[in-house]
Parts: sequence; C-alpha cells; structure tokens
Amino acid sequence: MFEATNLNRRNHQIQWLFKVLFGMMTLILIVPVALILGVLVAKGGPAISMEFLFSMPRNGLTEGGILPALIGTMWLVGVALLASVPVGIAAAIYLSEYAPDNWLTRGINLAIINLAGVPSIVHALFGVGAFVVFAGFGASILAASLTLAVMTLPVVIVATRESLQAVPMAFREACWNMGATRWQTIRIVVLPNSVSGILTGIILEVSRTAGETAPIMFTGAAMFLPFLPQGVLDQTMALSMHLFVISNSIPGMSEEFKYGTALVLISLVLLMNALSISFRVYLRGKKKW
Amino acid sequence: MDLDVRGQDWYVDKLVSVLVFVGGISAVVLILGIFVFITKEGVGFVFGPMEVWEFFTSPFWRPTSRTEATYGILALMVGTASVTGLAMLIAVPFSLGAAVFIGEFATGRTRETLKVLVELLAAIPSVVWGFIGLAIMNPLIIETFDVPIGLGILNSGIILGLMAAPIMTTIAEDALKAVPDGYREAAEAMGATKWQVISKVVFPAAKNGLMAAVLLGVGRGFGETMAVLMASGHSINLPTSVFDSVRALTATIAAELGEAPVGSDHYRALFTIGIFLFLITFVINLMADIVIRGGGRKR
Repeated sequence: MFEATNLNRRNHQIQWLFKVLFGMMTLILIVPVALILGVLVAKGGPAISMEFLFSMPRNGLTEGGILPALIGTMWLVGVALLASVPVGIAAAIYLSEYAPDNWLTRGINLAIINLAGVPSIVHALFGVGAFVVFAGFGASILAASLTLAVMTLPVVIVATRESLQAVPMAFREACWNMGATRWQTIRIVVLPNSVSGILTGIILEVSRTAGETAPIMFTGAAMFLPFLPQGVLDQTMALSMHLFVISNSIPGMSEEFKYGTALVLISLVLLMNALSISFRVYLRGKKKW
Repeated sequence: MDLDVRGQDWYVDKLVSVLVFVGGISAVVLILGIFVFITKEGVGFVFGPMEVWEFFTSPFWRPTSRTEATYGILALMVGTASVTGLAMLIAVPFSLGAAVFIGEFATGRTRETLKVLVELLAAIPSVVWGFIGLAIMNPLIIETFDVPIGLGILNSGIILGLMAAPIMTTIAEDALKAVPDGYREAAEAMGATKWQVISKVVFPAAKNGLMAAVLLGVGRGFGETMAVLMASGHSINLPTSVFDSVRALTATIAAELGEAPVGSDHYRALFTIGIFLFLITFVINLMADIVIRGGGRKR
C-alpha cells in the first residue's frame, strides 16, 4: 500500500503551518475590530434613549439629543440618491448593454475607478469649487448632496452593471428574435431580472453616503443648528459631522454622548450594509438560472 | 388600420441610447470636472506667487502667520508618507494572508462568514475610525508605551492599517479567485499539497492582481482624511519616532479649508495640495489598471 514518505509528511506539516498562520492573520484583522465594536456598544449603549434619538441638542451640544443630525443625514442621503441613482443606472445600462469594446469604454471604466479612488477631501474641494462657489448653491444640503452623489456614483454603477451582466445573453436574444428593439428588451427582460441586484447596490450606497464626513464638511454640514432643515438650500447638521465635532472640541462633553453618537452612526451604516449583503445572499439562493 | 408602430419604437430606442450614453460618459465628465475645478483654483498659485520648488521642499507650513505666511508641504508629505507606510506594513502582510486563508484554505460556511465579516469591516466610516483612534487607541498607547500623548504615527498608522486591510483583502481574494481552477487541479493531480499549489501555482498566476490590490490599498491609505486628521495629533513635524505627532496632506485641507477665505493665497494653496493628491491617486489607479491588464495579456 501507499505509505507517506518523510518528504510527504514534511510537506503536509508545512501546509498545516501555513494554514494556521494565515488563519491567525485573518483573525488578527477581525478580532480587534470586533472588540472595539464591543467597547462602542458597552460604552455607548447606556446613552441611547428616546430622548437621545428624538430631541434637539441643548446647552452647547452637551445635553439633549441628536435629532437634527439624524434628520440631516436622511436629507443628505435622500438628495444624493435622487441625483446619483438615475445617472448611475443609465451609465450601467450603457456599459453593460451598449458599449462597444473600444478606447472610450476603457476610458469610462478608468474614470469610474478613479472617481472611487480620489481622496474624499479632493471631492470636498471639487464640491466647494463647483457647487458652493461656481453654481452658487452656497453651503447647502444641495451642494453637499451633489458632492456625495459624485463620490458614490461608482458604487451604483458597479453594482448595477454587475447585476445587468448576470442576466443571461439568451434572455436578450430571445427577446430580440421576437422583434423587440434594444430598449424594449432592456425594459421588459433585462431590468426586471436585475432589479433586486440594483436595489442591493442602492442600499450599499446609502450606507456609504451616510458615513462620509470630509465631503460635507465645507459644502453644507454645520457644527450646530438650532432648527431642522426646511429645504435643499438650507444648511444642515449630519450624524458623521456631529461625531467629528463632539469628539474633538466641545468642553464638558460626556464620554457617554460621544460613544452614543458613534454607536448610532455605525449601527446605521452596518445595518444598511448587512441588509444589502443578506439581500444579495438571498437572491443568489433564489436564482433560477 | 395602421399596424406599423415601428416608427415610434425606433425613435424611443434612439432617444434611450442617447440618454444612457450621456449617463455612461458622466463618469469621464465628472473626473475631468474635478480636475478642472481644483486646477482652476490652485494652479495659479504655485506658478504665481509661489515657487514650485519651494512649495514641495520647504517644511514650513505657516499659512496664517501675520508677519510672513509660508507655504511648504514637505512636512505634510512626510506625515502622509510615514502614516501610510506604517499602515501598509501592517495591512499588506495581514490582508494577503487573510485573502489566502479565505480564498484557498477556508471552505463552505467558514469562508462565507469570513467574507461577510471582512466586507462589514470595510464599511466602517472613517470618522468612526478617527473616533476610535481618539477615544480608545489614544489611552491604550499612553498606557502601554508610557508616552505623554498617544496620538501620532503609531496610532493613525494602526487605524489606517485596520481600515485598508479589509479592502485589500477583498481585492486580493478576487485576484486569487480569478486563477482558473484547472491550474489548481493540474497541480494537485501531480501530488502537490495545498501550500505547494498556492505558493508555486496560484501566487505566480495571481501576481498582478495581488500587486494591484496592494497599490489600491496604498491609494486608499494615502487619501484617507478623517481618521488621519483625528488620530495623528495634527501638528506640523518632521517625525523622528513613531510616537511623534504628524500632519497629513489630506488632514491639512480638512482642518483649514473652512478658515481660508475664498480666493486667498491660503485657499489656493489648499487647492494646490488637492491637485497633488488627485494626481498621485490618479497615477496609482492607472498603475493598478495597467498591472491588471498586463496580466491578462500574457495569458
């Protein structure tokens, strides 16, 4: 019969060694962050109450709640989605259904990678230059949201393109053979079969948009406002900005408040993300082709 | 009865193809727009009142000095480089190790769970990382190393490393996944152990993708703003130890843009830093793209 030689045994020991080593490395990446999140929950949890979530800040932000920051984040995310989702979906449809394999398409792909890779503070500079000063929106929800929309556009494009491309070619061919035009095919066959994948991408974008700070610091987010925003040309508070402000410079700020704000922000972002991921997993399980 | 509705459909089809094309080139328009807008504000500065050479080699960044304002970004570049460097020392080995474990060793449910965890880690907002640096890492470093201040290269480097690692892990794992299973099966059929397959077959085949992952990680660390602003101590310094506080290029813009009057020298100097950041990340992304493509052509 076969018997392991010394060389065999040594090779298997090496393999085992590397498996353990790399496994440990994976854990070292994940465990400390999990612990940190545990600390956030332990220290911030007691701060969370109805009053904390649903009342205005008082007394130089050290008392009361974070309501205007929560509402402001919703405004920012909402307006940013209105701007980026239609453009992003159109771009994805072009790239997946129309674009020939040429230099322009390669340029578009490179531009998307770069849009995602440009530092967030450079997006902020662009927002100040283009929306606040040049377009004359001033520091407002509109300017901040458009800056966020530009920054997160690649998220929508990439997610949508992926789900469009997951629709089998045969579906399109069958539709074309019935005499449908390109757009009819996209509208009747391609989009309905990929709509849930697109939704996954949009939820992911919400999560990204809600957490960003740098792009909104100078384009529309305020340190403190005693009122809620009434329209897109108002300034607003935002959760991420609020966390930055209170963790730095407010005297007499209680630890609990800081941890509480961080906890709310990270819960919001991670919940949206988890939702997007579980949606994706569910869809993969349901796929019929 | 008129059965011919082809005309209308044809026009709708044309209209849509124009609309989606406009959407398609929006990314190109925007990236050009970003370049044009920050250049418009910044470029007159370095080639006007400022010597380009002095801008990059002077360590004195004193934009608000009343007697004589000076604009030199050497110390800021050193700050960014030292923080990013430390972050990469942490992130590169660990994320490549994690990618190999998740992509090659782990199976079934373990693999799926780890992938989801890594993806969630990548989603933590940078301002939360900054808060972690201030509120948790700072006291921890003070206590462990017995130093007066825990904000500095070490703190922000670790934070940035933890931030960049999940992203690099995901990209590196994709690169490993792109290696055809046939390669692995062929090697296994020759009696190779899993580690031999990885080190002799998968690594060489995925080399370009892994390199791109590292590059994109560097770009990410380089451009990170909020976390570095909050965890680095933010004082202008040519550092001599890892406990020294430094100031990064990105953080400088974030901290000062609000105070600089629109159109002033200070304002334009900050935009010039923006151009510099834009160009560097552009080159990094371009290199990553070329590296990936180069791998594809050879095969």
